[in-house]
Amino acid sequence: MKSTKVIWGSVGLVVLALLVSRCAPSAPAGAKKTAAGASDIAVAAQKTYVAPGDLDEYYMFASGGHSGNVYVYGVPSMRHLSTIPVYTPYPATGYGFDDDSRKMLGNFTWGDVHHPSLSETAGDYDGRWLFVNDMNGRIARIDLRDFKTKQILGPVANISGNHSGAFVTPNTEYAMMGTRFSIPIPKGTVAPIEKYATEYKGVVAGVKIDKTSGAMSLGWEVMLPPFDFDLGDAGKKVSDGWMFWTSYNAERATGKLETTSAQRDRDYIAAIDWRAAEKAIAEGKGDVIGGVKVLDPKKVPGVVYLMPCGKSPHGVDVAPNGKWIVGSGKLQGVTTVFNFEKIQTAIRNKDFTGEEDGIPVLKYESIKEAEVAVGLGPLHTQFGPDDWAYTSLFVDSAIAKWKLGTWEIVDKVPMSYSIGHLAAAEGDTVSPKGKYLVGLNKLSHGRHLSVGPSQPESSQLVDISEEKMKLLYDAFTEPEPHYAQIVKADKLHPIEVYPKEENKHPLAVWDVKDAGVTRNGTNVTVKAVLVRSTITPTAVTVNQGDTVTVAVTNIEQTTDELHGFGLLDYNMNVVVDPGETKTFTIKADKAGVFPYYCTNFCSALHQEMQGYLIVNKK
Amino acid sequence: MTVVQRTNRFFELSLNLRERALVVVATLMLSSVYLLPLWNLTMYAPQYPDGLRMDIYSYKLEGGREGQDIKEINILNHYIGMKDLVAEDFTEFKWMPFVVGAIGLLFLRAAAHGRMMDLVDVAVLYTYFAAFSLWSFAYKLYSYGHNLAPTAAVKVGPFMPPVFGYKKLANFEVYSYPAAGSYFLTLVVVLLGAALVLAWRDDAPAVVTVES
Repeated sequence: MKSTKVIWGSVGLVVLALLVSRCAPSAPAGAKKTAAGASDIAVAAQKTYVAPGDLDEYYMFASGGHSGNVYVYGVPSMRHLSTIPVYTPYPATGYGFDDDSRKMLGNFTWGDVHHPSLSETAGDYDGRWLFVNDMNGRIARIDLRDFKTKQILGPVANISGNHSGAFVTPNTEYAMMGTRFSIPIPKGTVAPIEKYATEYKGVVAGVKIDKTSGAMSLGWEVMLPPFDFDLGDAGKKVSDGWMFWTSYNAERATGKLETTSAQRDRDYIAAIDWRAAEKAIAEGKGDVIGGVKVLDPKKVPGVVYLMPCGKSPHGVDVAPNGKWIVGSGKLQGVTTVFNFEKIQTAIRNKDFTGEEDGIPVLKYESIKEAEVAVGLGPLHTQFGPDDWAYTSLFVDSAIAKWKLGTWEIVDKVPMSYSIGHLAAAEGDTVSPKGKYLVGLNKLSHGRHLSVGPSQPESSQLVDISEEKMKLLYDAFTEPEPHYAQIVKADKLHPIEVYPKEENKHPLAVWDVKDAGVTRNGTNVTVKAVLVRSTITPTAVTVNQGDTVTVAVTNIEQTTDELHGFGLLDYNMNVVVDPGETKTFTIKADKAGVFPYYCTNFCSALHQEMQGYLIVNKK
Repeated sequence: MTVVQRTNRFFELSLNLRERALVVVATLMLSSVYLLPLWNLTMYAPQYPDGLRMDIYSYKLEGGREGQDIKEINILNHYIGMKDLVAEDFTEFKWMPFVVGAIGLLFLRAAAHGRMMDLVDVAVLYTYFAAFSLWSFAYKLYSYGHNLAPTAAVKVGPFMPPVFGYKKLANFEVYSYPAAGSYFLTLVVVLLGAALVLAWRDDAPAVVTVES
């Protein structure tokens, strides 16, 4: 009797176990290398293979997030070509060690780059400069003639947490900045968090770009309610002259924002008539806050309007024709398309549903053109030729392809995994190229050899030249790509050496005979010449306590003949490109003998390219 | 007629308009050395897939890529203790343009006088000048390749760079060939030769007439 029970019991358990195992959930689609998450090898290999010595068709400039760098990739090979340090010292190029770049970095050793923005002429990339934002209220200009950071502006007064930059206008009149984390202004003002809704302010700014030199200066600022200004895009063609910024937290909430700021069905896109802002500043309007003129929309009407957009919108992207403005509410399943003409009509007819701190709120129904059911968690939209639009879906981990005008969704391609931004070839200009698109994913989840817990991000190349999108290639990009831009390679014309004639550095010397040491009190100036394979002078003697400025000139005019100057125990390393002069300054506070040497491999006798700094005891 | 007589007779021939024109054209060809390079050396190495170029003119050295290639050649050569290639060391650049000018004037003189004697003179002078220049060039290459500093970092035995043709030197494939100017100078020889032959042939029927 007892044994029968045991037997029956055992049989029951086995049946149960079998049932459970049959019903157990299988891995979600896409987690494995399924057909959807994989590519047709023959096609993909042919489309992405760039043979040794051959060149890519496009450059991709990818933001490096909190690395503070910009990374340059070739498309379609997805090969990492170069790193451009912007906000972070980078010993590999000596950036942040020499006097000029140190001065540019100020007291910062990091930045957070999210949105590269190539300069434009008539709404197309012109290959001159690249502007990038930094969360620390700064904006930088990289010159694409030599791929070097030339200027860092800021921290700009009143801008706090500059996520919403650096979007340029169609003729590079301005690169934009904005506040994501509202604070009481001017900076340094203190107000309790309870007064967030009234005392804290969001500010957006237009940074003026000099047409010839690219030099940046503050153009105008506009004070806004304490929403979190997130992303932006400048109007183009019909909407040229307007700037659109998304924001979340229309609730003006504090604390646990993941809940408190997600209560309303709609937040706002701020539409700013930047020509009106420019004019108001020229007329002397605005209040001085933090040392700069700030426009208050209450006092200067006609500059800002708020467009309701569901829900906690992230990306706002203006279509190539300038007419459609696509706002993607990350907490919903649709992306909203606004009609610029309807916005203008609503403004003319004062078709408002309310106001926020004196800023009119446009009636949603009057300005909306379509709600496109692209999928869950839409973030950003890029464009292709023939009115194609591509929207990244974070939650769905996919890209949706849809058509402007008919609003039909025609295709989806899964991304591995959780796509953030996406970049189509010239996909934010007035004439997108199509062909390639790169999904800039937040997670790679082991689609690569394991490198420990700190995993790289994944960037996936997608072929968009045909009706169906096709995954081509996985690249594992440096942390952390947010936005990237892809530009046709022939638009850039970088130099490969700095021509001698252009070197106007006052401490440059071009002949080893002119190299040497001069002293003025306790200030010592060393003019050094670097050429294969000697650093002249080969020994420098100073006294303890001297301030030593060393100017190093690389007198080579041959491509790729870089030289370095590393000084041991003094934490110094600069790298000079052919034809370049850099200076660095040290306080010779340690007595002793300190070797210096060429750090950037140059020649067969590179090892011998060395010398000594002798610091005599006081 | 003895050989001497014949020779004398030949020297006394006069040049027709056609031959004089050829000599004038030869003068123009000769003056091309003021514009065109005489010789070209191009050196290829794995690191220099586009090659390093050096053009030798009658009056200057010119490096490829706006002079940069000569600087590069000098930088590389300093490792083996070779002297820098600098214009000051080439005395040829001083006398060659002068001599070319003088020969040119003699060409014109020959064309103006229209005497075979003068033509033969300048042809001989020109041939001597061309041969001497070629020797001078070869000797220059020889001395650069043989006078290597004993303190050089990389010791290589004395070597002769190619004067004409191809030679492999360490990691470099060196090609040395006449350039445009030398072709024009060769054309000068052809033109002078043609003038000589034509003048001679013009004279031939006259000889026949006298003897018949």
